[in-house]
Amino acid sequence: MSLFEQKVSELHQRLHNKEISVTDLVNESYKRIGQVEDKVKAFLTLDEENARNQAKQLDDQLVKGESQGALFGMPIGVKDNIVTKNLRTTCASKILENFDPIYDATVVQKLQQAETVTIGKLNMDEFAMGSSNENSAYQATRNPWNTDYVPGGSSGGSAASVASGEVLFSLGSDTGGSIRQPAAYCGVVGLKPTYGRVSRFGLVAFASSLDQIGPVTRTVEDNAYLLEAISGVDPMDSTSANLDVPNFVNSLTGDVKGLKIAVPKEYLGEGVGEEARNSVLEALKVLEGLGAVWEEVSLPHSKYALAAYYLLSSSEASANLSRFDGVRFGHRTDNAETLIDMYKQTRSEGFGDEVKRRIMLGTFSLSSGYYDAYYKKAQKVRTLIKKDFEDVFEKYDVIVGPTTPTPAFKIGEKVADPLTMYANDILTIPVNLAGVPGISVPCGFAANGLPLGLQMIGKHFDESTIYRAAHAFEQATDFHKQFPKL
Amino acid sequence: MSRISMEQVKHVAHLARLAITEEEAEQFQNQLEQMISFAEQLNELDTDQVNPTSHVLDMKNVMREDVAKPGLPVEEVVKNAPDSKEGYIRVPAIME
Repeated sequence: MSLFEQKVSELHQRLHNKEISVTDLVNESYKRIGQVEDKVKAFLTLDEENARNQAKQLDDQLVKGESQGALFGMPIGVKDNIVTKNLRTTCASKILENFDPIYDATVVQKLQQAETVTIGKLNMDEFAMGSSNENSAYQATRNPWNTDYVPGGSSGGSAASVASGEVLFSLGSDTGGSIRQPAAYCGVVGLKPTYGRVSRFGLVAFASSLDQIGPVTRTVEDNAYLLEAISGVDPMDSTSANLDVPNFVNSLTGDVKGLKIAVPKEYLGEGVGEEARNSVLEALKVLEGLGAVWEEVSLPHSKYALAAYYLLSSSEASANLSRFDGVRFGHRTDNAETLIDMYKQTRSEGFGDEVKRRIMLGTFSLSSGYYDAYYKKAQKVRTLIKKDFEDVFEKYDVIVGPTTPTPAFKIGEKVADPLTMYANDILTIPVNLAGVPGISVPCGFAANGLPLGLQMIGKHFDESTIYRAAHAFEQATDFHKQFPKL
Repeated sequence: MSRISMEQVKHVAHLARLAITEEEAEQFQNQLEQMISFAEQLNELDTDQVNPTSHVLDMKNVMREDVAKPGLPVEEVVKNAPDSKEGYIRVPAIME
């Protein structure tokens, strides 16, 4: 049995009892990577020498009996759009092929304080733009449950590395579903925190009003531990919320008696597959059995979320990605005489097709004469979508539905048609637009053997309630105890 | 017939500082047209009385004390620059 089939709290106890060492945990990671990485292709960069040295240091501390936090010695993978000092960070783009960050993201500093061990950097869709990891400039990560299928995206490496047991847990980022969708596709737990819960300092920006960093784990309890470690206000991110960080693990009481669940009819309707719908109805029976109550509600503007999202996120991306110009860092063309040509050639050589497509859409919708009709219109629709959630949360504690309309699709199946690819995200995007937290937990398997995810959405800064509900559901089922055979 | 002309596509590419070939311009013309048509479903909604949302949390103008702090070391900062000399970053000439 892999050590990573155990929870953080169990491994912590075993470290404390000196039954295992941090070196054992780090060995487990690299051993498993050696066995399956050829098939999974989750990592872009490994940091083996540093990780092994750090493990030795932590083991020395362990011998001395110095006090250890909950995450002490736990091996973690980090998505490659989160900057790590002196550890190559590419955003899976050619334009940052040799980028060597000179500082650590705030979440990485917090991991260091928690004394986790960074195993390496994880593959993703280029600049987090995509739903399958096929937009990585380097490699397509595979779904550990069936390597002909995508792991989802953009945090596909984060989900696949956890599902395949290469790391105990990982960090991803979520702009329109990029943590929850791959978590669902790979059968693991992924949370997008409330906007502002986790500092974005050092997260290479895609769409600044939507991006959040969050944890990908095997269990809800591990997720709560990891979120607690990375949360909190940060002077380096003015959009981080100045609120105390709750003890999320304490909220895992197993008690959901009287919990009021809203099930939006739009989340079980048109465009949502039979298997996803049935798995949610089964999950609702489980929750009912535990004493929760549910009713059907409406989020009437859901169908407009996708269009609003693509205008807003692409507009923000077109501004954020203007920094990649070949001047201060990253790729620079050899084929330009003038400064303007240098910018243009550098960007055309460095960015992939999907990134260019979104920069074009964003630049168009922000350009003079179109701003009101497209960008501002989308911002107004965002207000309506946010209001939909506020109305439902006046009467209910959590919103429940599928994470994705279908299980994972085959590699290559949707690359030709961007709009079909984008439709994977119809159930996760509204959550980012409203800024509320959402989690995906495993809730079954499709006929083809691929996992399905249950999405639970909470009020602003009420991760505790969705953790409580997700944990109660997880403990009443055994989907999280199944592992892919690689 | 596309509502977005090739001239517009090339203008947007220039604003975005992307060099594109004639072939790519045609591709972007089609894709932009498709995405803009998709986005126009938003016009079904009457939003005359709705305020735009640019940020979901109720916070504005987060200030800090104006205290001088050391910046990043120059040699670190230029480390990733494709072309630098004596702590400066070099680019193609911008004046004749």
